[in-house]
Amino acid sequence: MADVVMPQMGESIVEGTITKWLKGPGDKVERDEVLFEISTDKVDSEVPSPDSGVLEAIFFPEGETVEINTVVAVIGDGSKLGQHAAPTAAPATSAPAEPAPVEPAAPPEEAGPTPAAAPEPAAADSGKRVHSSPLVRRIAKEKGIDLATLGKGTGAGGRLTKKDILAYIESQERAVDSGLPATAFPPAPEARFGDFDVEPLSAMRRSIAEHMVRTKRTSPHVSTVHAVDCTNIAKLRNAAKDKFLEQNGTKLTFLPFFLQAAASALKAYPTVNASLDGKQLIKHNDVNIGIAVALDWGLIVPVIRKADELSLLGMQRAVNDLAARARSKALKPDEISQGTFSVSNYGSYNSLLATPAINQPQVAILGIGSVTKTPVVINDAIAIRSMAYLTLSFDHRVMDGAIADLFLEHIREIVENWSTPVL
Amino acid sequence: MPEAVLGTAGLSADVMPSARTCEVRDLGRCGYREAWDVQLDLVRRRKLGEVCDHLLFVEHPPTITMGRNADAAHILAAPGRLRQLGFSVEETDRGGDVTYHGPGQVVAYPILDLKQWRRDVGAYLRALEEVIMAVLLDFGIESRRVEGLTGVWVADAKIAALGVHLSRWVTSHGLALNVSTDLDHFNWIVPCGLTKPVTSMERVLGKAPSRQAVIESMSARFGEVFGRTIVGSLYSNGAVSRTEEARKGGNG
Repeated sequence: MADVVMPQMGESIVEGTITKWLKGPGDKVERDEVLFEISTDKVDSEVPSPDSGVLEAIFFPEGETVEINTVVAVIGDGSKLGQHAAPTAAPATSAPAEPAPVEPAAPPEEAGPTPAAAPEPAAADSGKRVHSSPLVRRIAKEKGIDLATLGKGTGAGGRLTKKDILAYIESQERAVDSGLPATAFPPAPEARFGDFDVEPLSAMRRSIAEHMVRTKRTSPHVSTVHAVDCTNIAKLRNAAKDKFLEQNGTKLTFLPFFLQAAASALKAYPTVNASLDGKQLIKHNDVNIGIAVALDWGLIVPVIRKADELSLLGMQRAVNDLAARARSKALKPDEISQGTFSVSNYGSYNSLLATPAINQPQVAILGIGSVTKTPVVINDAIAIRSMAYLTLSFDHRVMDGAIADLFLEHIREIVENWSTPVL
Repeated sequence: MPEAVLGTAGLSADVMPSARTCEVRDLGRCGYREAWDVQLDLVRRRKLGEVCDHLLFVEHPPTITMGRNADAAHILAAPGRLRQLGFSVEETDRGGDVTYHGPGQVVAYPILDLKQWRRDVGAYLRALEEVIMAVLLDFGIESRRVEGLTGVWVADAKIAALGVHLSRWVTSHGLALNVSTDLDHFNWIVPCGLTKPVTSMERVLGKAPSRQAVIESMSARFGEVFGRTIVGSLYSNGAVSRTEEARKGGNG
């Protein structure tokens, strides 16, 4: 009988990830035949069988990261097939002075310098099994973290990686002052009642979630709302829309009007066209406006560079191009970075008014509500006007309400007094 | 690949292969699959002891390759768009995430038996980085390693990427150095899962050195770092070394 161990691939290599088992339990194997494949940083290796016989047990599935010299499988004559218990002491060979890194994260009562040899690898306080490497478990033990509270990791098969636990520790440390939840994903066991299905969050959803928690924790958001009379631009748009569609193959929307007005306001109020880096306000000389684009699988904010240099037509084309490519996954990385301000056009989903969240590290975001025919009092008479509510959500660390209101008034004046024909 | 390239025609008659010998070969412009087949054949024969260590050079057409750990989300372009661009996408058995290969990039595939060097994958990666840094220095470029990130960097931009496969300690795959690569092509991927910029020798120097000069420097530096006597021809036609002739010619 032979134990199969995670091989030592080099002096600095402490663990390896099993990427593929080429044999399954019960399979006959020949000595030196490739048994499984492992991956360490940038190197994939085949691991040959140390003996001939029958593979009687596999202890770690594909995707699992284990420390070197850990027994990962057993080869025998086949008589003990299925009878091997999970390894009771993972590192088979006498490891150096370091204690076997397989204890559960130490329960608080059990504090003491001598770690008790525990039978189950990766068992956490809560008793839930969490896929993780010995390295991650060692860090968790040192920091007294119950791995189950981290939920699934970003590694293969939801494995918790070193990066996950370090990010968690960092977020915990940051949260000490703020008193706000440190993780975007706190456990909520009470949610699991009745009949339910479980769906893991997609990578994009997780990244949006983390950003949203971060922005709400970072910026004290305040929103101010102004009503804007869009009757003028509605007329101009109506006059041009058929010809526009014919010439460009796409509809003319209200969005480019608002974007042009916003670009002008950003030039007039540079504090709004800025990012906060530590205690320094970075005032951008370019006006790069990010447009929130809803996707079936999430949200992305492609950026219109130098938006202040675009004509109305150029703006509409840029919006259409970025939105179409966002939906076909054809955006380049530099098209979703370096925004200096963002716009959320939720009016296209018939929302009247919302309070959008700031896109960090920017300091403000403009929300555009739907343009709706509304009774309005003008000169003590009731008139029917096309109205829209514009919201500016701003970072109150950086600016006060007065600037935000002047900014929105600048947009309102441009929109209400628009006279240049579209085409 | 044509047999002529695989044969030993380029081996200088006066240098016999030994454990310390490494034969270099330039496969020239060659598809990813074809070059992989050449590697697999050499790995098989190296394990049997039929051939000495090899160092293959190749230039791939635009290809996006995915290592075993690759995250498909790191390819940013839709499949249709890639076809339109003429990029092929290959899944491979090297370590690492997604990367891009294409014209203007010197790709080197060492087929080394690490049992006759050092049984240490970490040391192997660091040695490949050392080779690349020495080559760059030959062209006046200062480069560095970044702790925790395999590869070679000029300032904060990655100039060379590594990805290796081992079978019984015999290496395949290897390194890719951007000489005059169209760096825009990297925009279609998140190289190695990192959102750091990439660069090339051309970008750093303002002018691209010739591919021939780079691979000559690389074979020399490779021999030094790994303690191997370099033999063979650096011309993809496999004929007698024009390098030698050129040197002689240069003297008179």
